[in-house]
Amino acid sequence: MFGRLTLSAMYHEDLIVMAAVAGSLAMGLALVVMITYKRKWTYLWTEWLTSLDHKRIGIMYICLALVMMLRGIADALMMRVQQAVAVGTSYGYLGPDHFNQIFTAHGTIMIIFVAMPFLSGLMNIVVPLQIGARDVAFPFLNSVSFWLTAAGALLVMVSLGVGEFSKAGWSGYSPMTEMNISPDSGVDYWLWSMQIAGLGSLLTSINFIVTIMNMRAPGMTLMRMPIFTWNALCTSVLILFAFPVLTAALAMVTFDRYMDMHFFSNTHGGNLMMYVNLFWMWGHPEVYIVVLPAFGIFSEVTPTFSGKPLFGYTSMVFATIAITFLSFGVWLHHFFTMGAGPAVNFFFGFATMIIAIPTGVKIFNWLFTMYRGRIRFTSPMYWTVGFITAFAVGGMTGVLLASPPANFVLHNSLFLIAHFHNVLIAGALFGYFAGFTYWFPKAFGFTLSEKWGKRAFWSWIIGFYLAFFPLYALGFMGMPRRMLHYDNPAWRPYLLLAAAGAALILFGIICQMIQLIVSIRQRLANRDLTGDPWNGRTLEWSTASPPPFYNFARIPTVHGIDAFNDMKEKKIAYRKPDRYEDIHMPRNTAYGFINGMLAFVFGFAMIWHIWWLALFSAAGLLFAIIARASDDNIHTTVPAAEVERIEQEHYRQVSAYQRSARQAQRRKFSGR
Amino acid sequence: MKKTHDLTHPRKPRSILSFFLRMMCLFAVTFLGGCSEMVLFDPKGPVGETERFVILTAFALMLIVVIPVFIMAYWFSRKYRATNTKAPYDPKWSYSGKIEFVIWVIPAIIVTCLGILTWNTTFRLDPYKPLDSAVKPITIEVVSLDWKWLFIYPEENIAVVSEVVFPADTPLNFRLTSDTVMTSFFIPQLGSQIYAMAGMTSRLHLLANEPGTYAGQNQQFSGFGYANMTFKAIATSPEHFAAWVQEVKKSPKKLDPARYRELVKPTTGYPVTYFSSSTPDLFNSIIATYHDSSHEDSGAMDGRHGSMPNTHSQQGD
Repeated sequence: MFGRLTLSAMYHEDLIVMAAVAGSLAMGLALVVMITYKRKWTYLWTEWLTSLDHKRIGIMYICLALVMMLRGIADALMMRVQQAVAVGTSYGYLGPDHFNQIFTAHGTIMIIFVAMPFLSGLMNIVVPLQIGARDVAFPFLNSVSFWLTAAGALLVMVSLGVGEFSKAGWSGYSPMTEMNISPDSGVDYWLWSMQIAGLGSLLTSINFIVTIMNMRAPGMTLMRMPIFTWNALCTSVLILFAFPVLTAALAMVTFDRYMDMHFFSNTHGGNLMMYVNLFWMWGHPEVYIVVLPAFGIFSEVTPTFSGKPLFGYTSMVFATIAITFLSFGVWLHHFFTMGAGPAVNFFFGFATMIIAIPTGVKIFNWLFTMYRGRIRFTSPMYWTVGFITAFAVGGMTGVLLASPPANFVLHNSLFLIAHFHNVLIAGALFGYFAGFTYWFPKAFGFTLSEKWGKRAFWSWIIGFYLAFFPLYALGFMGMPRRMLHYDNPAWRPYLLLAAAGAALILFGIICQMIQLIVSIRQRLANRDLTGDPWNGRTLEWSTASPPPFYNFARIPTVHGIDAFNDMKEKKIAYRKPDRYEDIHMPRNTAYGFINGMLAFVFGFAMIWHIWWLALFSAAGLLFAIIARASDDNIHTTVPAAEVERIEQEHYRQVSAYQRSARQAQRRKFSGR
Repeated sequence: MKKTHDLTHPRKPRSILSFFLRMMCLFAVTFLGGCSEMVLFDPKGPVGETERFVILTAFALMLIVVIPVFIMAYWFSRKYRATNTKAPYDPKWSYSGKIEFVIWVIPAIIVTCLGILTWNTTFRLDPYKPLDSAVKPITIEVVSLDWKWLFIYPEENIAVVSEVVFPADTPLNFRLTSDTVMTSFFIPQLGSQIYAMAGMTSRLHLLANEPGTYAGQNQQFSGFGYANMTFKAIATSPEHFAAWVQEVKKSPKKLDPARYRELVKPTTGYPVTYFSSSTPDLFNSIIATYHDSSHEDSGAMDGRHGSMPNTHSQQGD
């Protein structure tokens, strides 16, 4: 009846696991109680869970990413503490089975369930607004994408309590993921959570490519597109070409495990090298998928706060396109030590080094954007400058690893760990934080506390240097990655430093939580009345904060790169249109949510070999898709009068704000 | 660029980026402090020496770009901060052909230099390429098991677990395979690592310049007992090596097929064990177990266990 799922799957001898399960359940329960107490279930359902509004979907994506980040950070801290104590005769507090699950979960969660939803969320909130569109091209598909990602994340969370997670590393190298070596449910959780969330990402990429290519405001040629949108486009192209490779590789692992096939097994002609190649054919573009949106964010933040256009817009665009193409030709640098010939190794090593050129150009472009600017050091700018410097180091160590002879001694060492955290934390994550702070007022209508934002920044950056620079040194000391225990006492001081750094990062996260709470409590004082709190340059700042659900009452016309700055200079930014028109918007629907939940049930049933349930949920998915496709009543019309009412309210706020600003100005003059 | 004195002239003590300079100091201290433990900078063979040279040269070359980035980030942040109203402000300036040229060409030149260095050293350090030496090389066959290393000396017909002994100044020709998941064979102070994979042979050529005991390890995560999958690599004089071979030959244990089947069972912390003789051609027969049954069994759906020859009841199949 329940496949191989038995009650014993829910029992864990390890107290830490039981505590984590209890903690997660308690937090979930607290949330349910709170929503019930505040009677918000209907609101949650009609306004959020069934919403097709790209901004709301974006916010849900980011909420998902932040929640999963807490889980990923908890895993990281546990590893750091283990390595800080497990030397010589001390074996720490984690067993191999638990430790191996922790680093596997940490990697899977941070890439697939933090970075991917975070960037999808930011793209969702920002891209349609930046190109002057009312929504994405396929609003329903967008909802499906989100709920598929959420389903994957839910599977990972369930693995905490029911069964276990994979112990084979986040990259899941064959043959360790084969049934004969890992017969338990762990690999299946890894497999299905990646597969389902990956499908969500693939659908997102199609959505955004179509949106960006087809729905730009009149006058916005490709070479007038904001750089963040350019990066979103390149990221989507990368997803579109890279994720199917992952899907195929995981499908073959699935066939190996479920149908006794031998794609990647040791025997019967299977070949693990095929898996490693396929995984990194996705895995390396994935790195750029994650980091390109961050590059886009820095390219928006720097000009805005420097009060200048971006330096070298054209070369920035071409650098991004170059990275997009080159990133498909470097995957072999993840396994130079597999024994390929020197010509092959050189080709991939040199291709990797070439990527450093456009990346270096980007760094100098940001620096020259600051040059002769009037830089306002808000926290997004802090994240940017912190990024520029730390990323230069990360790029340098990356080029070093790209050289096969250096790689032969640094591969799979803590040097490698330090390098990719250097580019993923200081590169991608700092960018997401900058974007989060920068666009938060756009999404919610009030700015975040700068005081706590800066505290978070300092904790994060000092914590980052402290946590990862000792790891570079440990790499030179010959320490491999993923060590549960070690005998060399010389490594220990560095691991203690790294643990201290991780603690400081945790403090940074606490600061960010306090920042959110403080900012929500002070939201009336920090309201963004004009929709343009930073003196922004691109179209998202031309509409109210938060924008009305239709984004723009009238689609703007674009004449240059910084379209909104252009309007402000021509004094037409807040000009009222002569008349309003009816607007057609997609109607909310529950099918996205239903699809996601059915995908979750399907994944769970497959993991536990509950075949009847898998069959039912798959049929349910098919039925839900057909039912949705047969629904003709998917649009709603906003009458012009309603649009006018909403817009008048916004203009009233803007002029009230401008009046008070003028008065403040006059007071300043008379006071002098 | 003018006005570099801004760097050293702290007009405002609590500057945003002064912290980065402090960080660089910490970085330097971290690195210099543990230099004696930096085994990669203390290589004991020609392969490791060249690799150290590549690392240091590449670092130096890349600092040509990285140091200006740090300086500019600090300098521009400080000078063009909004509160410094004396600094020039150019709200329209967004293009300079000269700067564009420099920021594309300088990194390109550096990457070209790195490319030349990489080309030369990648071919020179190809792990499959035998090392030049007047001394006759010694062949050692390496089998990675769950979770220990087996070393077979085909010429001496002996085998050792968890320890590999060889004469210094003698080229070492390693042939490697795995009788389990993929592992990576690595003696940091001698240089290059290489993967060991079931059903396949990989090769590695190393040489130790001086006698000593060097740490050896598995550098590729391989499951439950991975962290303790270490071994000692001992380089000795030729005389000591000959004496050691004789000592191993006196061991009562022989690595016959039964003993080997015992050995492949998953264990951690396997002690150093000497085998006075080994099954002839054991290394190749281990590889062959992954190929033998592929034809006769390819049609059987339940072919993973049972229907295969005895050797397949082993772990790692």
